[in-house]
Amino acid sequence: MSSVKKLASKMLEEKEFFAPGHRACGGCGEVIGLRLAFKEIGGNAIVVNATGCSEIIASQYPYTSWNIPWIHALFENTAAVASGIEAGLKIMEKKGISHSKGAKVVAVAGDGATSDIGLQALSGALERGHDFVYICLDNEAYMNTGIQRSSATPYGATTTTSPVGGKQKIGQVTWKKDMPSIAVAHNIPYVATACPSYPVDLVAKIKKAIEVKGPAYIHMFTACPTGWGCPSNMAVKLGRLAVQTGVFPLYEVENGAYTVNVKPAKLKPVAEYLKIQKRFRHLGDEEIKYIEQRLAEEYQKLLEKSEASAS
Amino acid sequence: MTKAENEITWKEINIGATVHEPGNASQYKTGDWRSNVPVVDFSKCIKCALCYIFCPEGCITKNDDGFFEIDMYYCKGCGICAEECPTDSIIMKEEKE
Ligand SMILES: Cc1ncc(C[n+]2csc(CCOP(=O)(O)OP(=O)(O)O)c2C)c(N)n1
Ligand code: SF4
Ligand code: SF4
Ligand code: SF4
Ligand SMILES: [Mg+2]
Repeated sequence: MSSVKKLASKMLEEKEFFAPGHRACGGCGEVIGLRLAFKEIGGNAIVVNATGCSEIIASQYPYTSWNIPWIHALFENTAAVASGIEAGLKIMEKKGISHSKGAKVVAVAGDGATSDIGLQALSGALERGHDFVYICLDNEAYMNTGIQRSSATPYGATTTTSPVGGKQKIGQVTWKKDMPSIAVAHNIPYVATACPSYPVDLVAKIKKAIEVKGPAYIHMFTACPTGWGCPSNMAVKLGRLAVQTGVFPLYEVENGAYTVNVKPAKLKPVAEYLKIQKRFRHLGDEEIKYIEQRLAEEYQKLLEKSEASAS
Repeated sequence: MTKAENEITWKEINIGATVHEPGNASQYKTGDWRSNVPVVDFSKCIKCALCYIFCPEGCITKNDDGFFEIDMYYCKGCGICAEECPTDSIIMKEEKE
């Protein structure tokens, strides 16, 4: 049986922990990621959700899309709330008063929530070694409030706060913050990048993240048709292209050892990825060449880390 | 059944606006957001399940014959299933009415 078929039959056995009726835009990549992740995580989990699209689309009072316990958190304290719940569960279990034996604490937050505003709380939680999983849903801007740049917005992308016009010719002028490496620098047992366009890889990583003792960080690349300016059927294709062009390599870091999980023999021209999205449409050949070179360099560095880990 | 937001009075709101019915968003219809509708031709389908795996709404289910069916109560017509189907068994048509 192919790995996709195996995944499908396993998914069919589980219920939808992220129920339909949510209010994400049609074709939203974040919800594909959430759906897949929680099929694997299962029912014995507590979700701590930072504000952002993933939260507001699923918690319009009096409704919830979550079929498991869920708590709203702020940008600033998502990882701190998760830490507190994890510590609480531990002590309750010790005292024999736990209602949720073995429950896994899973924090879910956007790229703005993770790489900007919640970074300090996240760093603290990773450093203290709480046994929890942190999932960053990276759609490369503050989408929920109308597409403002974050430190995860890629070089060259327009957002409402990195606009193109007048002297501003390229949109975002800074390179995307390397959030997974920041997580790795905390020497936690598990860090991985993932993308719903590679569902088998994604689910395998979620499984490892859940099983590992201590903090696990998953950085998930989730296309946003609304914020990126592309048709609503493109989220899966864009994720695939991001991996194949080196925009978002898929790798994991287990106790410091790097493995690149999807290794294109040759990176595709990045224009194939950029051209589908309005946020990049102003970019000229020169900027595209710059992006391509830099991506190739970053990818090379990653391959070297993985080779060094293997030797 | 949870009362819809426009039917609830302030007296009925739980303290902390907590929600006690898991997954009750499933009451909420998103199918009327659709402007395009996916149409599946089962005669071409190879039951690969990719449409099921990728649907952001989780509104595709397997029927007794092993084919994947779409629940139009939720389908937003995004077109991902049609785009990802390897056999072009799904096409998007304009939603009538
Ligand atoms: C401290 C603070 N600043 C601003 C906001 C307003 N706000 C709510 S959601 C959001 C955007 C979230 O962006 P991100 O974390 O990337 O998640 P996304 O919506 O893109 O999934 C903002 C700015 C807030 N709730 N708290
Ligand atoms: S704005 Fe983007 S991330 Fe947010 S719900 Fe819409 S498609 Fe999803
Ligand atoms: S059109 Fe989109 S929402 Fe409708 S069934 Fe296909 S993937 Fe799901
Ligand atoms: S993606 Fe296409 S071929 Fe595969 S199960 Fe769905 S309809 Fe059938
Ligand atoms: Mg975001």
